Amino acid sequence: MSKKKVLYYLNQFFGQIGGEDQAHIPPQIKEEAVGPGTAIVGQIADAAELVATFICGDNYFNENRDAVVKELEAAYEKYQPDLVIAGPAFNAGRYGVACAGVAKFFNEKGVPVVSGMYEENPGLEEARAAAYVVSTGDSAGTMRKAIPPMVKLCQKLLKGETPKPLEDDYFAQGKRLTILVEKDGSERAMEMLLKRLKGEEFTTELPMPVFDVVEPAAAIADLSKATIALVTSGGIVPQGNPDHIQSASAQMWGKYDVSELKELKGTYCTIHGGYDPVYANEWADRVAPLDELKKLEAAGKIGSVYKYFYTTTGTGTSVANSEKFGREIGAELKEAGVDGVILTST
Amino acid sequence: MKLELQNVKITDLEFGPKMDVVGEKLIIDKELLREKLLKVPGVKEIKIDLAKPGEKCRIIPVKDVIEPRVKVEGKGKGFPGVTAEVEPCGDGVVKVLKGAAVVTIGDIVGFQEGVIDMWGEGAKWTPFSKTCNIVVDITPEAGLHPHEHEATCRLVGLRASELIGEAAREAEAQESEVYELEDNHAERKKYPDLPGVVYVEMLISQGLLHDGYAYGVNTSQILPTIIHPNEELDNAIISGNCVAACDKITTYQHQNNKVIKDLFKLHGKEINFLGVILAPEMTTLDGKLRVCDYTAKLCKLLGAEGVIISEEGYGNPDSDLVMICSRCEKMGMKTVLITDECSGWDGMSQPLTDTAAEAVAVISTGNVSHVVELEKADRVLGDSEAIANLAGGWAGAYNPEDGTMKCELNAVIGATSEIGYHNATVELY
Repeated sequence: MSKKKVLYYLNQFFGQIGGEDQAHIPPQIKEEAVGPGTAIVGQIADAAELVATFICGDNYFNENRDAVVKELEAAYEKYQPDLVIAGPAFNAGRYGVACAGVAKFFNEKGVPVVSGMYEENPGLEEARAAAYVVSTGDSAGTMRKAIPPMVKLCQKLLKGETPKPLEDDYFAQGKRLTILVEKDGSERAMEMLLKRLKGEEFTTELPMPVFDVVEPAAAIADLSKATIALVTSGGIVPQGNPDHIQSASAQMWGKYDVSELKELKGTYCTIHGGYDPVYANEWADRVAPLDELKKLEAAGKIGSVYKYFYTTTGTGTSVANSEKFGREIGAELKEAGVDGVILTST
Repeated sequence: MKLELQNVKITDLEFGPKMDVVGEKLIIDKELLREKLLKVPGVKEIKIDLAKPGEKCRIIPVKDVIEPRVKVEGKGKGFPGVTAEVEPCGDGVVKVLKGAAVVTIGDIVGFQEGVIDMWGEGAKWTPFSKTCNIVVDITPEAGLHPHEHEATCRLVGLRASELIGEAAREAEAQESEVYELEDNHAERKKYPDLPGVVYVEMLISQGLLHDGYAYGVNTSQILPTIIHPNEELDNAIISGNCVAACDKITTYQHQNNKVIKDLFKLHGKEINFLGVILAPEMTTLDGKLRVCDYTAKLCKLLGAEGVIISEEGYGNPDSDLVMICSRCEKMGMKTVLITDECSGWDGMSQPLTDTAAEAVAVISTGNVSHVVELEKADRVLGDSEAIANLAGGWAGAYNPEDGTMKCELNAVIGATSEIGYHNATVELY
């Protein structure tokens, strides 16, 4: 079997170009192992060979992202690596952020990335989602400790195995994968309950999420001049659901021109799978009140109703998708000069 | 109250001249079943098929699953308040066709119906690939209102369970499960040193295909109420085909509620099982506050030290779940929650829509958005195209060219059972 190809990323310091005075250097490639690469690649030599070391100054990377991405693209095309190793960056902030950028680039190409950082490295948050980032000490003095877990991770990945954060000592990527286990949910609940009642240690299977807090926008000074948009997660769509928006776990949103309509009743229905649809199908304005908004517009209480109505399904839709939809719809409304939004759920 | 479930083991199915059990084979009198089910109001046509574990057979869109049984001693025949007169149940002897299940399918009523694959990848994700299924395909009369259509399907399933259950009456049972719980005073006296535990079973109570029923009463009409666990094991609680297929509590799962059965196992040894509280999940804030306050109060009133809380559905009921939890914890009771999560296709999203610092002990029964790929079936009972309109499916999820199907666990019956009836969970990577 032919050996897997490894590309190594280092900054100017670990790339043995120089210290802070060389942080401005643009990317350069050496087709040999350098610095920590020598130790790590040496230990995985039975399964892999190093094809290139990509070295870039920390300042250059962070100030010339687009240029670096072009160079990464070229290196990717030329070397077609099966595995990328970046760092370890310890607590070096700019280096950590650069490693995160490298991880993000190769993760999108489907190439696994191994790195190492100290828990407070500012690059960690971005890097951990895109790479397997081993927990290291805060300075290069701990290099000897950082190398074995990185080697172990590389070996697993080269064999096509799926690493686990606790077993392999890397920062969890935050990916929650569904698996089947021997004990059913009820049996696991009984065990957890008994532990709690006896005051023994237990581990929750679902740590509580931490929520974002969004600052409310300032009040609208004069409603009679304001443009108001209508947005719903109630799954209200034109009859026939022309864009095939999902009835649960939405992957998309839709927008429809309602400027000629007085109400949604009759031409719109719901495809939302999370509530009794009978009454919304009779009269879709019960969920998204275009009828009342149009009346307010006619009475001069509001300036106008925005031309497009935005809609998706809320039920079972992941918070990540909801945030994405919110950003996309919000950007369009802002661009269109909409002053206020009526958001309805179900 | 003492309930004995006498299990008649079933591992095979066949059509025959009368309802019967021969060895471990359940014989189904197709004509009798069809004739009787055609009498249920709203039914136009009935088709009966059989699906056995391991067969390359797909069943879609599934509404409910019901265990066939017959009560041979004690009050409360059939499903009290629904198919039979209202009588208290939970006491007596029931003969159960263990290993058999009635599965209702037919024209889609709503999005919350699902799929059962009897083999391969799909079979791993549903507990009902392991049962011998009598599949009842219901065609309703034209012009039925959706609520009437749902009620018709619900009744057909329950009636089928009773009609088939008759086969157990004279059959020999190989196994007996006994569930006995006296009044709280007596149990406290027996086990003065064991911690009291209450089970809170949350039930979606939010309209068409989102309702549960207790003795025939829609649970959206009740305040949280205490029941004896035996009542649930003896047909008092049925599904109104609630919510997404993956975490609806089918009638079968009420009849075999795993949390109740497991708490009974611990009763008198590690805990003192004090009872079950049915907590309806309401749509309004007032409704949620009322139910959550009331539920925690009932737990306290019963003297619970530990409380198991199981959710039904996801999204807004996540709020009810953590609200009941934080109220109980603040009153000094230790809780364990059972829920599934919506972490998105890639598992990277925030798993719940609400949170509480007190929710420190949570069982996850899987990500409803986990995508599975299902192979081509040799035989499809129902309509594969239905997946386009199910929660967890989408237009194009079924490939008519090669017969394969892709869907979220959302669409797989019982995949992420929040009463812990299945063995899925989530691991952090």
